Amino acid sequence: MIDLGLNHYLVLSAVVFSIGLYGVLSRRNAVGVLMSVELLLNSVNIALVAIGRYVGGAGATGQVFAIFVITVAAAEASVALALLIAIYRDRHGVDVESANALQG
Amino acid sequence: MADFGLTLSFYALAAVTVVSALMVVSLRNIFHAGLFLVLAFVGVAGIYLTLNAAFLAAVQVLVYGGAIAVLMLFAIFLTRNAMTQGNLSGRFQAPALLATLLVGVLFSYVLLMANWGSGKGAAEYIAPEQVADALFKEFVFPFELASIMLLVAMIGAIMLARTPGRETEDA
Repeated sequence: MIDLGLNHYLVLSAVVFSIGLYGVLSRRNAVGVLMSVELLLNSVNIALVAIGRYVGGAGATGQVFAIFVITVAAAEASVALALLIAIYRDRHGVDVESANALQG
Repeated sequence: MADFGLTLSFYALAAVTVVSALMVVSLRNIFHAGLFLVLAFVGVAGIYLTLNAAFLAAVQVLVYGGAIAVLMLFAIFLTRNAMTQGNLSGRFQAPALLATLLVGVLFSYVLLMANWGSGKGAAEYIAPEQVADALFKEFVFPFELASIMLLVAMIGAIMLARTPGRETEDA
């Protein structure tokens, strides 16, 4: 077993990002899409913290950036879920393929 | 020998995170997917611990494992017939898988090939005090902006989710 390094974390980040991307593209339920977006944000946070830990001179910047990402994710989740509830009230479902009122 | 333990815990936590992430995107029952999302968040918190980022691990459990998870589960309950609906759309399955594999391979390649420097001068352990120092000195302006953003998001969420016409009851 080789020593733990930056590459381990970067590969984990890329794998989780890909899984989240697959969820965003393939889920029909809008709540499922949102959950996949949270996975994407988490994967980016892993990369940020790992780079802060292993790259010289980064200091606490990586962790501070991760904290900002978490803040933005919280705001995004609350607004997106409020939107979902508004859509559900209007259309009685959260299928992303039925939310096409703005389609030209 | 301590390094061996660290490596082992990294692999265990990474396995938990990746398997629960796969469950999140593949389970048909959206409620079960939400529960696996909580497990993935906790796994990521453990990953932060292996990176010596204790404060971030605590924030991850509080904000993601607590607040966002509850928000997600509430949204699942409030949009109830979603629980019985099929979640995967067959039409986009293959292109989505293809795009995902492409992005995964490309990202891994670019991240591994990038020059991250020799790693000299990297801090083995960054104390929460140092994080606070950076947050309230160097990044104090974005920090204040974040509070405005949270206020705007809160007002926006209330406006969007409010039942129209309900406010006249108070008058």
